[in-house]
Order: sequence, then C-alpha cells, then structure tokens
Amino acid sequence: MLKNRVLLLLVAVGLAAAAGLAFVTHAPNRLLSGQAVSWAIVLGAGRWMALLPALPLVVGPFLPQSRAVHLVLAVSAAALAASLLWLAGDVAIRLADTATPSARTSFGGAFWLIEAMAALAAADALQRGISNPAARITIGAVLILPILAVIGGGAIDQLSIMKEYANRRSVFATAVATHLAIVGATLLPTLGIGLPLGVLLDRRARLRRPVFAVLNIIQTIPSIALFGLLIAPLAGLVAFAPLLGRIGISGIGATPAIIALTLYSLLPIVRSTTAGLEQVPGSVVDAATGMGMTPAQIFRRVEVPLALPVVVAGLRVTVVQAVGLTAVAALIGAGGLGAIIFQGLNGSAIDLVLLGVVPLVAIAITADIALKLAVTMLKMRSG
Amino acid sequence: MRRWLRDPLIWTGIALVALVVFMPALKPVFALLFPDQDRPLFEQDSFINLTLSHIGLVAASSAISVLVGVSLALFVTRPSGREFRPLVETVVATGQTFPPVAVLAIAVPLIGFGAMPALIALALYGLLPVTEATVAAIEQVPAGAREAARGIGMTPAGRLRQIELPLAAPVILAGIRTSVIINIGTAAIASTVGAKTLGLPIIIGLSGFNTAYVVQGALVVGLLAVVTDLAFDRLGSMLDRWKRDDVVASA
Amino acid sequence: MITFEHVGKTYGDWTAIDDLSLHVAEGEFCVLIGPSGSGKTTTLKMINRLIEHDRGRILFEGAEIRSFAPEQLRRRMGYAIQSIGLFPHWTVEENIGAVPRLLGWPKSRIRDRVTELLGLLALEPERFRDRYPRHLSGGQQQRVGVARALAADPSVLLMDEPFGALDPVTRDTLQAEMLRIHKASGTTIVLVTHDIDEAIRLGSRIVILDGGRIVQSGTPRAILTKPANDFVADFVGREDIGIKLLSIERVSDRMRPGETAEGEPIAADASLRHALSLFVARGIDRLPVIGPSGTLAGAIRLADLTGGPT
Repeated sequence: MLKNRVLLLLVAVGLAAAAGLAFVTHAPNRLLSGQAVSWAIVLGAGRWMALLPALPLVVGPFLPQSRAVHLVLAVSAAALAASLLWLAGDVAIRLADTATPSARTSFGGAFWLIEAMAALAAADALQRGISNPAARITIGAVLILPILAVIGGGAIDQLSIMKEYANRRSVFATAVATHLAIVGATLLPTLGIGLPLGVLLDRRARLRRPVFAVLNIIQTIPSIALFGLLIAPLAGLVAFAPLLGRIGISGIGATPAIIALTLYSLLPIVRSTTAGLEQVPGSVVDAATGMGMTPAQIFRRVEVPLALPVVVAGLRVTVVQAVGLTAVAALIGAGGLGAIIFQGLNGSAIDLVLLGVVPLVAIAITADIALKLAVTMLKMRSG
Repeated sequence: MRRWLRDPLIWTGIALVALVVFMPALKPVFALLFPDQDRPLFEQDSFINLTLSHIGLVAASSAISVLVGVSLALFVTRPSGREFRPLVETVVATGQTFPPVAVLAIAVPLIGFGAMPALIALALYGLLPVTEATVAAIEQVPAGAREAARGIGMTPAGRLRQIELPLAAPVILAGIRTSVIINIGTAAIASTVGAKTLGLPIIIGLSGFNTAYVVQGALVVGLLAVVTDLAFDRLGSMLDRWKRDDVVASA
Repeated sequence: MITFEHVGKTYGDWTAIDDLSLHVAEGEFCVLIGPSGSGKTTTLKMINRLIEHDRGRILFEGAEIRSFAPEQLRRRMGYAIQSIGLFPHWTVEENIGAVPRLLGWPKSRIRDRVTELLGLLALEPERFRDRYPRHLSGGQQQRVGVARALAADPSVLLMDEPFGALDPVTRDTLQAEMLRIHKASGTTIVLVTHDIDEAIRLGSRIVILDGGRIVQSGTPRAILTKPANDFVADFVGREDIGIKLLSIERVSDRMRPGETAEGEPIAADASLRHALSLFVARGIDRLPVIGPSGTLAGAIRLADLTGGPT
C-alpha cells in the first residue's frame, strides 16, 4: 500500500527527467551546443551498480513509516546524489580520452533535476524521521560529505564546469574572496548603525513609523537602480574632494556597492532588533526591576539574551540578501562571483555562468543553514 | 486643503508618468549635468516602450506566480494535500535563499536568451513569496472561526470562499507585493540576458561609462517600484477595513 | 430527538468513546460533564458530524445522521463554542444571519430575525447590528455567538463550553439568559461543561462521563442525592452537596403562603441557596417572600430549608 505520496512524486519526477532529458551533454567545443550522451554509455560496463542507492527510494513510498526507514531513505538519497555526480564525472573522463582537448562534457537537465529530487527526498526523510532540528541539520551536513569527496577526489575534473574552474583558478579564488569581503564589509556598518537604531526605535515608538517608511522605500528600489544612482554623486564627491579618491573611494567598485548593500541591510536588522526587544515580556522586565537591577543591567542580562534569537533571525535574512545583491554589484565593477556570471552571460558560456552560480548559491545556502542553526540553538538555550 | 494633493501615491504616480513621457525634453538638463557626455540621453529606444515592456514582463510573470502560488498553497493547506506541505515549505524556504540573479542566470542555459527565460525565472522566483505568504495567511485564520464555519454547516468551498480567503487576503496581498517588488528589480537585471526592460539604459550606461544613461534608467525603474509599492499599500488598507478602529460603521 | 446506540470512537489505539448509549428527549436541556479527556466534547461533536463516529448509530429526529449530508445536518442544529468563532470580517448582523443566508432566506426575513435575536440577547439592535466583532466585549461576542446558533430556529442547540472563557459575572448573566431562552423556546439543548455548578444550574438532565463511558445520567437532584459511585460523589463535591441541593430549588417550593415576616423580602423564584445566604448574613430565621407581581406572597423559615420537597 502507498504510504508516502511525497516520495512517490519525487521519484516520479526523477524518473521522468531521466527518461526525457539528457543526463550529460557532449560538444566538440564550448561554442557549439551539446548532444545528449545516452544512458547506455553512462551506465555501460557494470556502472549501473552506481544506481543501486536508487532502489530503496523507488520502493520507499510503499514501506512502513518508521524512523529506521526514513534514515535509510535519507542515506540512500545522499548516496544517489553522490554516485550520480561520480557517473557524470566518469563519463566525462571516458569521453575526454577519445575527443579533442576543446571538447566539453556538461551536466544535462536530467542531472540537475534528479539531484534536486534526491536533495528533497533526503530533506523530507530527515524531516519525517528526526524531530530535533539541530540533529537534523547535523545529519544533513554529514550526508553532504560524500558529494564533497567526489568533487575533492578529482572524479569530475573532466566536466566542463571544472575545466572552467581549472582555467581560472586564481580568478575564481579572488572572486570568492572579494564576494565574501564585500558581504563582510557590509555587515560592519549595518550592525553598527542597525542595532543602535533598532534599540532606539524600541524605546521611542514615535520614531518607528517614519524610520520604517524610509527603510521600506529603500528596500523597494531595485538594486541595480540604487547602485546606479550612487555612481554620479560619489564621482562628484571624489571630484570635489580628491583626497577621498586617494583612499580608494570612487563612483564605481566596492564603495557604492557597500553603501547600497548597507542601505538594503538596515531594514531587516532594524526591524528584527526592534521586534526582538518588543517581544520580551513586560512581566520579565518588571520582575528584573523589582529585583533591583539597573536599566543597564536589565538591558544586558534580560533584554539582550531574550531578543537575540529574533535579531539573529534578522541577520540571516540580511546576510542571505547581501550575498545575492553582491552578485548584482559586479555590474558596477565591484567584482565577486557576479563578475564571473555576467562574463559568462556576455559570452554565452554556460559553464562559466554555472561556475559563478553554483558557489553563489552554495554560499547563500550555507549562510542560511548556519544562521538558522544559530537561531535554533539560541532558542533552545533561552527555553 | 485637498486630500489628494497630499497623497504620495498620486504625486509619485504623476512624477513617474511625466518622467517617462517627457524624458526627451529633459535632454538639455542631462547635458548640463553630464557635460562630458556626447550623448546625454538614452535614445536607442523610447522610455515609454521600455517602461511598458518592463511592466508587461512583471505583470505576466506575477500573474503566473500568483495563480500557481496561491493554488499550490491552497492545495497543501487542504486535508488532501497536507502531506505535501513540508516538501513545499522546504522548496520555498531553500528557493528564496537562491539569489534572483542566480535564478535568472540558470534560466538562460536551459531556455536561451531573451524575454522567455526572464519571464520563466521571474515567475518561478515570484512564486516563492506568494506561496509562503498564502500558507501563512491560511494558517492564521482563527481556529474558532474555522470550527464555527464548519459547525454552522458551510461547505468546504463556502468556507474557503467566504471565511478563509477573505481573512487571509491581507497577508496574501503582502506576499504578492513582495513578489512583484522583487520582480521589478529582477526584471531590470534581466536586460543582461536580453529582455527589453528599464535595465537596458543602466546596463548600456555601465558598460559604456555613460552615467547619464544609468541615472535615467535608475530613476524610472526606482520610481516605478515606489509607485507600485504605494499602490499595494493602498490596496492592502482597503482589504482589511474590518481591522481598523475608525470603521465602527454607524455605531 | 437525539439517540446514541452503542456508539464508539477510536483514535489509533486510544478509545475516546466506548459503547455509549444515550437518549436526549425533545425540549430537554442535557448537560454533558466530565473531566478533560472524558469524551464529552467528542460526544457533542459526533452529533453534528464534526467528528465521525466509527461504531454504533446516532439518530437525529429518528433518522440515522449519516443519511444527511453533513452540511445539511449542521444547518438544522445550532452550534456555539467556547472560542465563539465569530467571523471577524463580518458585522454582527452578517454573523447572526450566516445560517439563514446558507438556507436561502429572503433578506428582509433575515434582517427581522437578526433584530429579534439581538433583542432576545439584550443587545440593542441599532447599536450593535453594524459593528465588527473586535469592537465587542467578550460577553457581547458570546451573546452574538448564541444568537448566531439560534438564528435559523434549529431543533437542537449544541454548545461546547460556551461560557468557559467569560468572567464570573458575565457567565452568571448569560446562564440566566440561556435558562430564559430555553424556557421560552423549548429548544432541545445539549451543552458541554466541566463546571458542576453550571451543570446543576442549567441542566434538566446531567450526563456524567469518564473515560469515554457514561458514569451516571439523571436529574441534578438524582445526581446529587444518589451518586452512582465514588467518582460521581467526588466529582459533584461531597462537602457542599447540601448547598448544591439548595441551589436547584426555588423559595416558592418551600414558602408558607399567607405567613408574614419582618425585613427586606426575597423573590419567590430565588434559589433556596440565596435564602440561606440571607438567613446567615442577617442573623435571622424567617424572611418575607414576594411574588412575581411584587406583592407579598408569604414567608419562609430557616427550618424549612432542611425538609424534603413539598
């Protein structure tokens, strides 16, 4: 009997993708579009054994819903994700032997869809099988290790995205470093202004409406427009005071990027700080006052710890948003992963686009999960 | 004092239309502001065309987002679809950590350049806030009202139409607002993948070091976003009239 | 009116209702009472099929409830709950008119009915008709909730701890009004409560449940004087059983017509408990009694409280 309609749907989509889309494509060079490589070639010579982890997933919808079954399904899904990656890398190695050096083997639609279904199946199984969110995140992190091992072990080095990486190792490293540096540099002024402003708005309710109205309008303006609008005034400022130019400030590059990102980041930080302080129960503050704590002690020992989970939740929104917007900032010369993406888009080099997109998404998701975990742990600590 | 004179929606709306229609007339102003530029006004396409095309792209993609997002959320909040709710929530939460640029960039290899990948990327990305908000909105319908509606004999369809949707409407609208505002911004970036939008003067200006183009495009698209946001604000306050204190009707 | 025949309901391996048989006669005010988890709310909700029973039969006006579409069944039964559940986006008038609108009554008839019900529940029609629920106090909201339940002249009124969330004064007033409405309309009422005083005050019959079974069913007097077992005796309270007995009888039941006494009089329809309170508070042993018309009708003595019913 059918026990798990969700897994059934995921398996069906995965099978449909496998049947209808290419798993990997192969092209004589990076400008031509690739031809699908058949499953017979991918799975030839006993390599179909790599698909064995799919077996539990296919029968999974009909198994009884127990913790053990869910764990097996989560592990199988993770194993399948890793072995599909290995299969794609493996076929790229075999095709590379016979082809010209400029030939390219790339992931196809079926690869991405099945990997996505496997990830969702693992997430769903963990959600059903493990109730403690911290344990769930930890096991999830462990399940990613086989995939990292496949990548780190060089098994996919002949795939086109890794070839792009090999060609641009140093550019890539600089891009990632720049990207992270811009996000980090944004957080300093964001927290420096946002946290005190949030506290002020908690204490002075009258200021909330106008301040949030302004921050909301800023958040509304499209990033590319705000970046663009900062160029002219900054350039004018530098022309007026050349000293600023000498310390590295200019109309394009990192300066307008950090200013704009800070402006965007203020809304979530200020909002969560105010909301975090507001939800501290009045009775707790009353009790602390009654015990003879000074306002400063109450703030430090009572309000801050109780508000922290909400503030960190706001920080999560801020960081994820900043990681994404920094990619747009590449358009005004700020560098980072966006530069790789837009270079790829300009040159119609799809694997180059992916070389920018994949780490960009990975950074965003990692930051999201890490900060979610922090919120969960803070909440558990404060009960 | 006439009230509409102080209404920011009216005057930002007028400013937007005026800026778009009379942009060519502002050429001398931009020439004065940017004396180094030989071509102080973006003239490869009219701003009227760009604005209409931008609005068209956002409207079409948002319509798809709303239709699919609301249906999906309603499905997972019905008893028959409850099992799929964690899956949908995972997809929605993870999907929203994907930067909009990334979604746009991924759409190109799958679909190609032009308006189509932009439309699909925008629709997909816009789906997420709508779905999330609708699930939350349906969830916050008071349990008592839900039980009473069942207890007095309303049909499932009647409960959805008369109780759940009206009570959820303000929160659903807030999700649609988020979705549309994000899409206005992402549509501007979509000019890098070949869609004709207000991002075009900005991108061309940035790559050609013509700050005047950048300012023109940025002003129009920024104003468009602000006007849209204000319009949603107005719509929202019409939807939850029953929550306000000043409408005790005749009492 | 409503008959349960060997009804059962099981959730997983937990039996919520176990072989329950019960007949609620027309015009009865039947109170289901018991500790939490006793199955009282489940029993109530099985009547209008908010919860489906899995064993036995439930009959409504002689017909198996499964023979009605659930929505049709529910529209013939009024339903009022502790959380009230007024629709916050509808005015008082729209809330009360909900069921009549479902039944397709003409507008003017709904409007007249709303006016009538607002009056019945002591809410000035013109003041409250167009208000939204959030502008009403808790007591006013529950009055509207009861009015909504009564709107389509249901043959049965189902009430799930309707006064549980109200303050004691408001609860007292609304209980008195429920008694008045029951007397005037003769509607069959099934009410769930965990408050034994409420049960004794309102019920013409009390059904005590525990662990999904009926432990005892009878008039308030029978429950108080002949508890079926220790559970019932503990539940109704051993210590103030006498006080509770006094609370179910009227002064008129024991009054000596024609006799006179000094002091502030007590109303003939007041409870004996009220009379005892006055005897003790004033340190006297006889009280004058006035009838409904306000004229002196007789007197009552302290000693009269201890005799059996006359």
